[in-house]
Amino acid sequence: MIDKRIKTIASVLSDISDGATIMVGGFGEAGSPIELIHALIDNGAKELTVINNNTGNGEVGLAALIGNGQVKKMICSYPRSSHSKVFPELFRAGKIELEIVPQGTLAERIRAGGAGIPAFYTATTIGTPLSEGKEIRNIKGRDYVLEYGLVADFALIKCEEADRLGNLTYNKTARNFNPIMCTAAKVTIVQARKFVEVGDLNPEHVITPNIYVDRIVEVTTPLIESQLIEKGARYP
Amino acid sequence: MSSNTTEKAGWNREEMAQCAARDIPNGSYVNLGIGIPELVARFVPDGREFIYHTENGLLGMGPSPEPGQEDPELINAGKRAVTAVPGASFFHHGDSFTMIRGGHIDVCVLGAMQISQTGDLANWSTGAPDAIPAVGGAMDLVAGVKTILVISQHTTKNGIPKLVENCSYPLTGKSVVSRIYTDLAIIDVTPKGFQLVSLAPGVSFDEVAAKTDAPLLPPTIATKES
Repeated sequence: MIDKRIKTIASVLSDISDGATIMVGGFGEAGSPIELIHALIDNGAKELTVINNNTGNGEVGLAALIGNGQVKKMICSYPRSSHSKVFPELFRAGKIELEIVPQGTLAERIRAGGAGIPAFYTATTIGTPLSEGKEIRNIKGRDYVLEYGLVADFALIKCEEADRLGNLTYNKTARNFNPIMCTAAKVTIVQARKFVEVGDLNPEHVITPNIYVDRIVEVTTPLIESQLIEKGARYP
Repeated sequence: MSSNTTEKAGWNREEMAQCAARDIPNGSYVNLGIGIPELVARFVPDGREFIYHTENGLLGMGPSPEPGQEDPELINAGKRAVTAVPGASFFHHGDSFTMIRGGHIDVCVLGAMQISQTGDLANWSTGAPDAIPAVGGAMDLVAGVKTILVISQHTTKNGIPKLVENCSYPLTGKSVVSRIYTDLAIIDVTPKGFQLVSLAPGVSFDEVAAKTDAPLLPPTIATKES
């Protein structure tokens, strides 16, 4: 019998080691797999390359992982926000690398990576500093820049419901990057708010088909990042 | 009649947003940038229906929820709590930017740091050496959305013109802006440069021209209004 459910969060990502490339779902706090990120802090792997739209908030979740010195490079579209302090300080001190990617190009690079498409052309960034040094090709009278697909060793994902096979649903705008990241990693690790039985999910409503999912752990009441920040919490 | 004090001349933020809303056709799929552009949603003219898209995966975005009803998993691209209207849909980032980059969104209203007379837009970075670059979805929006409208103060807080011959800040996109709504005027970007469409109350052509760092054409020359 196939069963991708794992009992404890500590064992779900114990094989992530130094130098890994990790996609982390979420857009700000929505859809951010905060318990998996905290487990990665406990795991202690270093020299990580992390792909996420942002760089975390306060001193919990992704910001805490960065603050703990585990991240060598961030690939993201928007590394600042009203509550992001950790990344800007390290970046200004030259202690972390940044690859800035427009949000749609980031999404498409992940989608392409997951679909086995090594590269694609897009009009986004034409005429801007972000296309400098990249291959540009004129197709039917318009300039496009070559962008490469992105893949990762691991993806850390937050979903709403999951069955033992790994079929997933999401909640509202917490879906964001999570489904495409599931497709682009060698090992996709999911925290689900609720385990359901196989057959409970209407096949018409499954958002991530189970083929993209490797491990699932249940976190029934995930921490809410904004509430932690209000309290001034930090991890560990 | 209104008073003639200079403080009262021009449009405020709400009025600028109202001007932009009037120009958006019924049935448009609209993406609103953060800040003044968000106010456009308050001024939909009677009889028109717009459907709002937000980059983080929602088509059919509604207004802010009542206090206490905020859901941290129902937010807009500015990461603020929103609602979903009846008929709304959620989708992942790949689909969301398919809507943007595939030319399915009709109108995007954005803020600006600078706009050039050829419609170049700079709104993501001052290019300062210690600035942390953060682009978000702006470059995708200007590359993919059919019509780009800009709402912006006519000058910076220090009185420096934002409408210029050439942008000095790093570009978000080249030749992308169609029309600009400022506190002083509505201005089109035409093949001949900036052209006045209409003036805010109490504002003269000469004042707008003086505060624009590029030639300004009067509205009489070949104005093609939709």
